[in-house]
This record gives sequence, C-alpha cells and structure tokens, in this order.
Amino acid sequence: MCIDCGCGDAATTHDHKHDHDHTRDHGHTHCGPDGKEYRHTHDNDQPEHTHGRKIKVEQDVLSKNNEIAIENRQWLDKHHITALNLMSSPGAGKTTLLEKTLERLPQDCTVAILVGDQETDLDAQRLQGRGSMVKQINTYRSCHLDAAMISRELEAYVDAHINILLIENIGNLVCPASFDLGEHSRVAILSVTEGEDKPVKYPVLFNGADVVLITKTDLIPHLDWDMEKCRSYIRKSGSRARIIELSARSGEGMDAWIDYLQTTKRHD
Amino acid sequence: MHEMSLAQALVDQVSELAEKDGSQKILSVDVSIGALCGVMRESLEFCFPVVARGTALEGTLLHVTEVPLKAECGDCRRISYPEPFEVSCSHCGSMNLMLLEGKDFKLISLEVE
Repeated sequence: MCIDCGCGDAATTHDHKHDHDHTRDHGHTHCGPDGKEYRHTHDNDQPEHTHGRKIKVEQDVLSKNNEIAIENRQWLDKHHITALNLMSSPGAGKTTLLEKTLERLPQDCTVAILVGDQETDLDAQRLQGRGSMVKQINTYRSCHLDAAMISRELEAYVDAHINILLIENIGNLVCPASFDLGEHSRVAILSVTEGEDKPVKYPVLFNGADVVLITKTDLIPHLDWDMEKCRSYIRKSGSRARIIELSARSGEGMDAWIDYLQTTKRHD
Repeated sequence: MHEMSLAQALVDQVSELAEKDGSQKILSVDVSIGALCGVMRESLEFCFPVVARGTALEGTLLHVTEVPLKAECGDCRRISYPEPFEVSCSHCGSMNLMLLEGKDFKLISLEVE
C-alpha cells in the first residue's frame, strides 16, 4: 500500500494499472484517506511513478522583485521623488533624449540619472557635467535592470532631495518589460527608424507603458514612416498610454515631454 | 534572455517554500505563464534544469500551463480572448478592454515528498 495516499492493497508497494498514453509528462490526483490531495507524476523516461504531497502556492514568481520594487516606491514617495523607467531598443535615442531633457528642465527641478548598460560607462560620461547626478549601472550578463539594482542606489547614491529620478534601462524591448523597478511611470521609446509595427511585435512593453515617445521625428522626411499606422499599432497592443512625438535633435515636441515630466513630478 | 533570471527566481522561491515545509524532495513544480507576461515557455523549460542543477530542485519536473489573454469589454461588457498583438473586443471591436487574465507568471503549486 502506498504510504502517502493509502491506495493499492496492503501487500504490494504499488499496483496501479497505467494504460494511458505517456506522450508527455503529466500528473494525476488521488484523494488520500486523510482527505488530503496527493498527486502522481509520470515521466517518459521514468514510467514508474512517485507519490507526492501537493502544496498550493499561487504566487507571482517575481514576488521577490516586486516586494523590493514596492520598497523602492515607498522610499521615493517618502522623499517626494518621481521615478521614470525609460525602455527602448538599443539606438532609439534614450541618451540623446536625456541630454536634451537635462538642458531643458528648469533650474529648480533637480534630477538623478541611473543608466543601465551591460558594459562601459560611455552613456554616463555623455550625461556628466550637466548639473545632475549620473551613475552607470553595469549589468554584465543580465539583459535588464531589476528592483534590487535600483534599491542599492537609493539613499546610497540617489540624493533624497532630488525631484526626478530617470532610469535608462538596458536597450532591449523584451526583458526589461517584466521587471518593476519601483518607478511611477513606464516610458516606452520608439524611434521612427525602427518601423511602425514594433508595438505589436513587442506588445508586453507597449501594453504596460504609461507614455510612449516616438523619437527622431526630424528624420520622417527621409523615411516612409506612417505616423497614423504607428499610433494604431500602439493601440492594438492594448496600450492606453499618452503618445508624444518628438525630436531631441531639433527640439520639436520636447516641450510636451518636459510638461509630462513636470506634471508627473510630485509636489510637496 | 531574461528567462534565466526568472528560472533563478523560481528555483529560489520553491527552495524556500520546500525548506519551510520540511520536504525531503521536490518532485514537480507547476507554473502558469500568461500570454502577455513576457515569458517564453521554451526558454523557461531550457533554463529551469540548468539553474536547478546542484540545488534541491535538481531532477524536479517543471509543468507549464499557458494562460491566454482574457478581457472584459468596457463597452459591450462581453468577454474576449484577444491575441497580444490585437487587443480588441472580438464581439464589438472596441479597444476599451480590461485585462482579466494573461499578464502573470505564477508559481501555482509544488509537489513534494
């Protein structure tokens, strides 16, 4: 008899008849004499089965990351800091946008920037000397920033007296979308040289965005870019994000972005 | 490939739960991945045994259930199961949808000995 669920007769260890098809791994359930649910698992390579006790969990796999993200958000809220998580593919113009953003923000608006890249501090170097705190985070083998990487910088590096924290994520349209950093606004950036259909090819990022920036609009005369098509693809991804068209280079549309930063800024 | 980080998070989470429970062996782990949670099943299945090697989860079976998007229409109130690349109501075409399911990556249960 099975010691776990009491099935089978007393003389044998196991005598279940298994005439089902073992094309995939699977499990089935037995109710034990104690009323608890017990499962059997089967495996193609191991036709003999094992008995186990099932523990129900129903928990987000990223719950650890999410807990740290909540703590980050609490710290930011306590200090009246608004954090934005900027995500895009490599080369969409995140760093240029940040350079021009620092030039345009009013003097009384203080900013810290955390820039994520796998290697080098080239982006941090570009952003230095513009009156803001800038720190490079190198993720080396990782393709995204996570909440713990940001947590390490809060208080230790990010001054509690700033107004806005801008986080430039790793250039990648897939992985960063899954990790809450504790930001207040998720910014998806799409440049016009990438094609209008990016939002439906990478819907996770665009679906979760609070604002979508369509950048490098000064290049439109040289491309076959269809702005309405792009906007419709953004909506097809299920996104209700505000859409801002801009060119950091020419300055067109930058006012709307600066307004957005100012309005999301928390007032004491 | 962020599935490696996710597999690591899963292995850590399960190890912790099994240790708390005092289980000797973890036979299997059931997870669900939503269509819009950004996790690729094949990558996760590839990464899981790699990360599990040398831990309490070495040899543990991973069962993955894929959860499609489920949404309620804000206009006609009916339920749709849209594709992630076309999130519109299959009844009236509205894009005013509230996602009910399909955004989560969850650990559903584990089977221990």
